[in-house]
Amino acid sequence: MTKAESAADPHGPAAIHAVPLRHPWRWVGAVAIIIVAGLFLYGAATNPAYGWDTYLKYLLDVRVAEAAWNTVQLTVYAMAIGLVLGVVLAVMRLSPNPVFRAVAWGYLWIFRGTPVYVQLVFWGLFPSIYQNIQIGVPFGPSLFHIQLQGLSLAFEMAFIGLGLNEAAYMAEIIRAGIISVPEGQTEASVALGMSWWMTMRRTVLPQAMRVIVPPTGNELISMLKTTSLVTAVPYTLELYTRTRDISAVIFQPIPLLLVAATWYLVITSVLMVGQFYLERYFSRGASRKLTAKQLQALALAQMGDHGGVPA
Amino acid sequence: MTPSEEPKAVHASAPMVRAEQVCKSFGALNVLKGVSLEVERGQVLVLVGPSGSGKSTFLRCINHLEQVSAGRLYVDEELVGYRERGGKLHELPPKEAARQRRDVGMVFQHFNLFPHRTALENIVEAPLHVKGVKRAAAVGRARDLLEQVGLSSKADAYPAQLSGGQQQRVAIARALAMEPKLMLFDEPTSALDPELVGDVLAVMKKLAQQGMTMIVVTHEMGFAREVADQLVFMDGGVVVERGAPREVMADPKHERTKAFLSKVM
Repeated sequence: MTKAESAADPHGPAAIHAVPLRHPWRWVGAVAIIIVAGLFLYGAATNPAYGWDTYLKYLLDVRVAEAAWNTVQLTVYAMAIGLVLGVVLAVMRLSPNPVFRAVAWGYLWIFRGTPVYVQLVFWGLFPSIYQNIQIGVPFGPSLFHIQLQGLSLAFEMAFIGLGLNEAAYMAEIIRAGIISVPEGQTEASVALGMSWWMTMRRTVLPQAMRVIVPPTGNELISMLKTTSLVTAVPYTLELYTRTRDISAVIFQPIPLLLVAATWYLVITSVLMVGQFYLERYFSRGASRKLTAKQLQALALAQMGDHGGVPA
Repeated sequence: MTPSEEPKAVHASAPMVRAEQVCKSFGALNVLKGVSLEVERGQVLVLVGPSGSGKSTFLRCINHLEQVSAGRLYVDEELVGYRERGGKLHELPPKEAARQRRDVGMVFQHFNLFPHRTALENIVEAPLHVKGVKRAAAVGRARDLLEQVGLSSKADAYPAQLSGGQQQRVAIARALAMEPKLMLFDEPTSALDPELVGDVLAVMKKLAQQGMTMIVVTHEMGFAREVADQLVFMDGGVVVERGAPREVMADPKHERTKAFLSKVM
C-alpha cells in the first residue's frame, strides 16, 4: 500500500469548487440581438402600413376562422390519402412482383415529376374531361352511374389532388423507413412462424416509424401551406385565398396577410406538439436510458433494500 | 392439435431431422454440395467448420429460411419447403411454410430481438399473435421461461438495456415460447464477450438435458465435448467427418478436420 493511499480521507476526496469560466462575448452577442430585435418590433408597431387595428379586427373574424377550418380539413384529408396510398405504393415498390414494382415506379415518376399546381388545375378540369362515370361490365350493362359535371366538387377535387401528389412523396419516406429496419428482424419474425403481412405490421412498420415520423411531420406542415395552391382547382374558401379576397375588398393586403400567417403559425404549432408525442411513443426501446417508470421501480426497490437494514 | 399429431406417433422412433444429399446454390455459387445427416429425437448435434463451409446455410435450410435446391430435407418426417404430389415437387404456399417454421425454434448470432418490445413482450409476441394463445397463459409461460434462463428481474427491460448474453438468453426463451420440437442455434455465442458466453451455454446445456432436440453451429468445442451426441465437421459444402465428439476431437481421421481442430482447440 502506498503512502498516498493510506493517508486518504475515509470520506473520499473533497468536492471541487473551481471558479467557473467567464463568457463575456455571449453577453455582448445577446445584448446586440435584443437591441436589433427591439428596434424591428418598435418599427413594426409604429409603421401604419402594417395596419395593426385591421389585423386585430380580422384575426378572429368568422369568415377567417371558417377558412382556417377548411384549410385544416383539406390538410387532414389530403394527408390521409397520402399516407394510405403511400404505404401501398411503398410496399408495391418493395414487392417481388414486377408488375407492382413497375406500376409504383410509374406513379412516382408522374406525380413527382409534374408541379402540384399543374396537377391541381388538371383535377379541377377532371369533371369536364370525364363528365360521366359509369361502373359496369365493359360493353355490357351499367351497374353504377354518376354525372360529375353537374356537381360542385371543388373541395373534393382539391384534397384528392393534394393527396395523390402527397402519396408519391410519402411512398419514398415510408420505403426509406422500411429498408432501415435490419433484415434480422424480418428473419426472426419469419422464423417464429409469422406471415409476411404480420411481420410487416408487428415488427417492421413499428420500427420503421422512428424513421418515418420526422419527415412526415415535415410533409404535414408543408401540406398545410400547400393548401394555399388549391385556388388552382379553383377552390377559394381556404385560409390564404379567403383572406386575400377580403383584403381585395378593403384594400389592405398587409394586415390580412399577417392574419393568415398567424393562423398558419398557430396550426403548425399544434401539429408540432402532436409530432413530439408521436416521436416519443415510437422511440420505445431505442435508448439504453431507463424510462421514468423503470427508474421509479428501481428507486422503490432500492428504498426497500435500505429499509431492511437496521440503522 | 391432436389430430395432426396422431400419424406422427407412428414415427416416434424416426429421426427428427433427415437430410438426404441436400444442395443449395445461390446462382452459380454452390454452397451446399450434398449434405446427408440424421438427428435423432432428443439428440444434440454440433456442427463445426471453417467460415464459408455452409453450416449456417444448412441450418437456415432446415427452417426454410433458404429453399433447398436439390436433395430432400425432412423435419419430423415432413418434407421441408415442398409438397410432393403426383411425383412432382410443388413449392409450399406461404401459410404452409409458416406453419412448418412454427415448430422449429431458431436462435441467431446477433439475437435479433425486437428492439421496440420489452423482454417479456418479445417472448409473448409469437404465442399471442401466431398461435393465438390467451394473453394470461402466454404471459405466465413467458415468466416461467425468463426464470429458466435466469432473467426474471429483466421482464420489463428493453433489449438495448440488456447485455449481449442477457439478450441471447431472452432470444432462447422467445424461441422456446413456441414450444418447438427442434431448436436451431446459429453461432449463438460468437457475438458475445467471453465472460458472457458461459451463461448462454449453461442455458443450452440445461435445455439439452431436458431432452430438446438441438442442432448447434458453434466454435465452443468444450460445449461440443460435454453436451453433443454427434459432432459433424463440414468444409466446402460437404460433411467431411462425423462421430462421437470425444472420438472426433481426440482422433480426427481427415487432414482438414485435424487442421481445423488444431486452430479452434
